[in-house]
Amino acid sequence: MRASSLFQAYSRTLLITTFILTISNAHADTRIRTPKHAVWQQECSACHIAYPPQLLSAPSWRAIMNGLDQHFGTDARIDQQAHADILRFLEKNAGSGELSTSAKPPLRITETRWFIHEHSEELPADIWTRPEIKSPANCMACHSGADRGDYSEAGLRLPQNLNIEED
Amino acid sequence: MRLIITTAITALFSLAAQAETPVDFQNRFATQAQQENPAFTGFSVERGKQWYASTHGREWSCASCHSSNPAAPGQHATTGKVIGPLAPAANPERFTRADKVEKWFKRNCNDVLGRPCTAQEKGDVLSYLLTIR
Repeated sequence: MRASSLFQAYSRTLLITTFILTISNAHADTRIRTPKHAVWQQECSACHIAYPPQLLSAPSWRAIMNGLDQHFGTDARIDQQAHADILRFLEKNAGSGELSTSAKPPLRITETRWFIHEHSEELPADIWTRPEIKSPANCMACHSGADRGDYSEAGLRLPQNLNIEED
Repeated sequence: MRLIITTAITALFSLAAQAETPVDFQNRFATQAQQENPAFTGFSVERGKQWYASTHGREWSCASCHSSNPAAPGQHATTGKVIGPLAPAANPERFTRADKVEKWFKRNCNDVLGRPCTAQEKGDVLSYLLTIR
């Protein structure tokens, strides 16, 4: 029992450390590996890609899952069994609370330090309002492999007329 | 006797989980519409077409996410995610699973109309979608 909790604590620390190391490097070849979970994949990818659980903390996921009837302006209710199953999966694979920029758990990945850091430097100010991108929730508009957890530069497909200056 | 009832219930449940056709749903909506309104006289493709395109005095219509041409892919009005065509002729998966049909009418009617859809409305819009080739 003790050995297994020790192992769990160790794995978690390792996971968080790896994640922070990965996300702290702006030019990392970022791939987010999420365990397979059929119900999560199906239910959470209908209106947007199934965002990796690592990108928000467990309190954030709990707040999101408790408000699915008004999920960013839409009704996203799912049946009870799927709800419980997905919440368990999200909590188990959630990221560290340190990702947050405020005391309250953020409900949007775009409010996390990681997202802001990765998207602030080289991007034009009007980027999110461009019709071909529409919203920062639309990862696939630029990250062509986002639905597979691939946010690497190799998978980056910028819309036409969008030039980003490299440092 | 108990065995027969159990078998019948099991059969009913497995039937519900089985794939159905859009026409099965159309028939079911007709039965429900009759129950909701004894004066029900059938579905209208034209009414369904207008209903699909209307915002019903609010922000969104069906077309906001499913495209004004239901045979074409749509784009989610908020997130921009591409959504497969809604017309069964263009997307054979549509209207084949009772759980999905129920889930999406429940959510989307609430988003577009702020209330559940009537069986008449569901039947009208499905009748319209079935005319799309």
